[in-house]
Amino acid sequence: MSGGLGRVVRIGVGRRRVQTVVVTLTALLAVTASVLAVGLLVASSAPFRRAFDAQRGAHLIAEFDAASVSTATLAQTAKAVGVTASAGPFATVSLRPRTVSVKPDPGAPFQLEPGLDLPPMTIVGRADAGGDVDQLVLTAGRWATAPGEMVLAAGGVPFSVGDTFSFPGAPGNPTVTVVGIARSIGSSALAWVTPAQLTALTGPDTPLTYQMMYRFARADTDADITADRATIAAAVPAKALLGTSSYLTVKHEAERTAGTFAPFVVAFGVLGLVMSVLIIGIVVGGAVSSSTRRIGILKALGYTPAQVTRAYVAQALVPSAIGAAIGVVLGNLAAVPVLAEEGDAFTTGVPRLAPWVSVVVPLATLLVVAVTAAVPALRAGRLRTVDAIAVGRTPAVGRGRRARRILGRLPVARPVSLGLGNPFTRPTRSAMIAAAVALGALGVTFGTGLAASLSAIQAGLNLRNAGDVIVRQVLSVGPDGQVRVGPGQPKPVRAGTGPDPAVESAIAKQSGTRRYFTTTEVQVTVSGLSDETQAIGFDGDSSWGSYQVLNGRWFSGTGEAVVPTAFLAATGLRVGDPLTLTNDGHTVQLRIVGEVLDLSNDGRRVMTTAASLSGLAATPGPVDYHIQVQPGTTMASYVDSLNATLRPLNAEAEVNVGEISSIVVAMDTLTGTLTLLLVAVAGLGVLNTVVLDTRERVHDLGVFKALGMSPRQTVAMVLTSVGVTGLVAGLIGVPAGIAVHDWILPAMGRAAGTGVPAVDLDVYHLPVLVPLLFGGLVIAIAGALLPAGWAAGTRTARALRTE
Amino acid sequence: MTTPLIDLQGVSKRYGDGPAALDDLTLTVQPGEAVAVLGPSGSGKSTLLNLIAGLDRPTEGAVTVDGVRVDRLSEAGSALYRRERIGIVFQFFNLLDDLSVLDNVLLPAQLAGVPRNRARARAAELLSYLGIDRHARAYPGRLSGGERQRVAVARALMNRPSLLLADEPTGALDTASGAEVRELLSELNKDGQTVVLVTHDLALARSCATRTIELIDGRMADRMADR
Repeated sequence: MSGGLGRVVRIGVGRRRVQTVVVTLTALLAVTASVLAVGLLVASSAPFRRAFDAQRGAHLIAEFDAASVSTATLAQTAKAVGVTASAGPFATVSLRPRTVSVKPDPGAPFQLEPGLDLPPMTIVGRADAGGDVDQLVLTAGRWATAPGEMVLAAGGVPFSVGDTFSFPGAPGNPTVTVVGIARSIGSSALAWVTPAQLTALTGPDTPLTYQMMYRFARADTDADITADRATIAAAVPAKALLGTSSYLTVKHEAERTAGTFAPFVVAFGVLGLVMSVLIIGIVVGGAVSSSTRRIGILKALGYTPAQVTRAYVAQALVPSAIGAAIGVVLGNLAAVPVLAEEGDAFTTGVPRLAPWVSVVVPLATLLVVAVTAAVPALRAGRLRTVDAIAVGRTPAVGRGRRARRILGRLPVARPVSLGLGNPFTRPTRSAMIAAAVALGALGVTFGTGLAASLSAIQAGLNLRNAGDVIVRQVLSVGPDGQVRVGPGQPKPVRAGTGPDPAVESAIAKQSGTRRYFTTTEVQVTVSGLSDETQAIGFDGDSSWGSYQVLNGRWFSGTGEAVVPTAFLAATGLRVGDPLTLTNDGHTVQLRIVGEVLDLSNDGRRVMTTAASLSGLAATPGPVDYHIQVQPGTTMASYVDSLNATLRPLNAEAEVNVGEISSIVVAMDTLTGTLTLLLVAVAGLGVLNTVVLDTRERVHDLGVFKALGMSPRQTVAMVLTSVGVTGLVAGLIGVPAGIAVHDWILPAMGRAAGTGVPAVDLDVYHLPVLVPLLFGGLVIAIAGALLPAGWAAGTRTARALRTE
Repeated sequence: MTTPLIDLQGVSKRYGDGPAALDDLTLTVQPGEAVAVLGPSGSGKSTLLNLIAGLDRPTEGAVTVDGVRVDRLSEAGSALYRRERIGIVFQFFNLLDDLSVLDNVLLPAQLAGVPRNRARARAAELLSYLGIDRHARAYPGRLSGGERQRVAVARALMNRPSLLLADEPTGALDTASGAEVRELLSELNKDGQTVVLVTHDLALARSCATRTIELIDGRMADRMADR
């Protein structure tokens, strides 16, 4: 660009400070929102596959009997047909740990006391976290390098670095300290120690196995994995292969989780991108349009239309480039916590923002800026010079006169009626502002509803464990592997013989108890389902703790059952159909009376009365007692008092704090961030438009003030000029936001394998709806406040001199 | 001696580091006077008018109009002051092109909260008096310069101001229209309206003004003339 034109650009950027700042901020917010939206869209698509490939996850994890096969033979399986990479053999044991010291976790629903026996954990002896297959990602601490050190799997256990355990079942009851937490994409183990430590944990009677992990050339389908498994099994002695675990199971679960994100991330992403383009168009296009007179003057001085266009595009690109650069940084920073939440939800580890997003998004934004600057600049450049000067000097008159005349008759203060008529003089600009505010209102409405619905769904899911307090039997596993009620019973007691009358009596007699019911679980098979199904037997009045019903009703008597959506989908059954449960040759016939919200166990659950399951003659699992307390009961003292009675009965009460799904937390974080950005972008669009409008009408403002319009009246006029537009836009945006919500939520539910109960969809009650309906007005007023103040403070004499 | 309607004492106005637009000016105007302020371009005439109207503030000195210390008013206070006491007629009319003639004239009364019927009656009276009632529904763009200035005068008189200020009222008019406006201002002053007008038009000053003053470089010239 020539020196003269460069000077024109620099002066243009420097003199129009407000507009330059607004363009910079607009580009900044647009890029921040777009980097976050696009980055999340990319991260949400196939997160498992990307993490799996990055960590070289195992397609197949195989466990071998150490007594039946040598490590040399196992090493040779790495050369089996189809194997592209392998890791192992790693020695493996399964031992039950006992807590020695565990750091308190304020966020945990319960605290682990010392001396607590925990379920058995698979411990693998592994020298390092790397390798050709199953590269582990350390999320805290370091790898174990010495005896007495252990690394735990992330997400599986509520422990942290520094916690210590003992292994009473291992020689010498050794104590180990957690030195690190690691994530295995294939969940290959719950814990890792050094090979030497593993040897020390292995007693003469401890069953030892070897773990091998494989990657194959063909592993896309269950059939591929089955064939691969057969290849491995053929390479080892018969019965050496104890079991395998396919990555497809983990992949399926992760993709289902990711699938629930996709509809809502797409919705917000599209909103954010559309809003960004719209606001850039309004801000940059408006800025150049208001320079028509200046363009005419430049042409009168001899600049060609092409030179003028280049100057104005550059004038828009300079602050936009600065804003875009900052926006990339902010977008990446904003993505960190959100992606971290998403990674926890996906259990794939924290995904990175794809680097290309930080390049493509700002470039695309600058392209939009250039186009929206070039179009009005070219248009002005092509005008005859005298016309350009005249157009820029003389404000367009005639538009909206009839509307102003009609509005002038309204029985409202004159500044208000003047403001009401203003949008009609610039209908295109007003329409674009209305669109921006409507999109902002849509985003706020959708975000509010989404957060409320997710909270309601979370509460609904928590009904799996209903009650203010839950009493559970204290269990332990003896050396013979039998599950016992209570620690250290001398002889096996069959776990779960139904509700313990003594426990029930203690609960009933406890002051503060309002009502309770019990649940117990039996594993059954259902025709059409290959895996076992959990049958939950309810005893007592469970109507107050019923799950959220999507269709039909909760069961009310023997022979009736309710099931989750996924169960119906898997079995092809419907509400009203008969259902047969089988256990060890015994069957019971039930009738499905309701479809309920339940995502656990992939939907393989049936809820019915305990009496309905008695025909199975099955050994029920441990009993849970779900207690609802009287209003006003102090929870801590209730639980302490109840526990004093329960302890001799080998039962324990704890306050039920419910679960918070990491998916819900991630979505809430994302919703809040994107909604805030949408509102900020919309408000910025309003601010810029009002600044432009005020600047164009500064002479008229001077006349009003000369005639006696006070600063307060000036503010009222300016705010009214956008207020009604904002209100109307909000009244359009809110129903649109509700419609998007009602469309997206069921889509997310379908991805998660469930319907969404009507009560969780119907969240826009009056106390929520009324403020939302005024949301557009609020956005518009907020964006116009600053320029309204400037307009009120303009020196009248200076304004009158402006033409 | 009656209390002056306008009393300027030692008033100066400077913009930045340049020469003073007004320099230590002292001036009084009695009720019922028509004072013409003459002077070359840049002499401070319009600045004087702006200070009297409260559109600007002096750098030094006191400006008192109808008992009000105008130089001490806030923005809100000076707006109220103009509503109640001042009518302004500008060289280029400063009518609002998107409002009809009637709506332009009604504006000062509407801003002052005058009841609708009373304001309309006053507007009708003024439009009739000024001979432009047939243009009530027309838009300013369709009127001649003289007619537009009459609309501006009607607007300025809506709230019965104690002081009418006119900044080059005939500056943008042809000879015939200018003569109409001169006669109009003269009639208003004969009816008791106090007028201060800034003008290059000697004919206007001679026909309307009971007193002329001349500003040169922001100061009062020695030569002042009474009619």
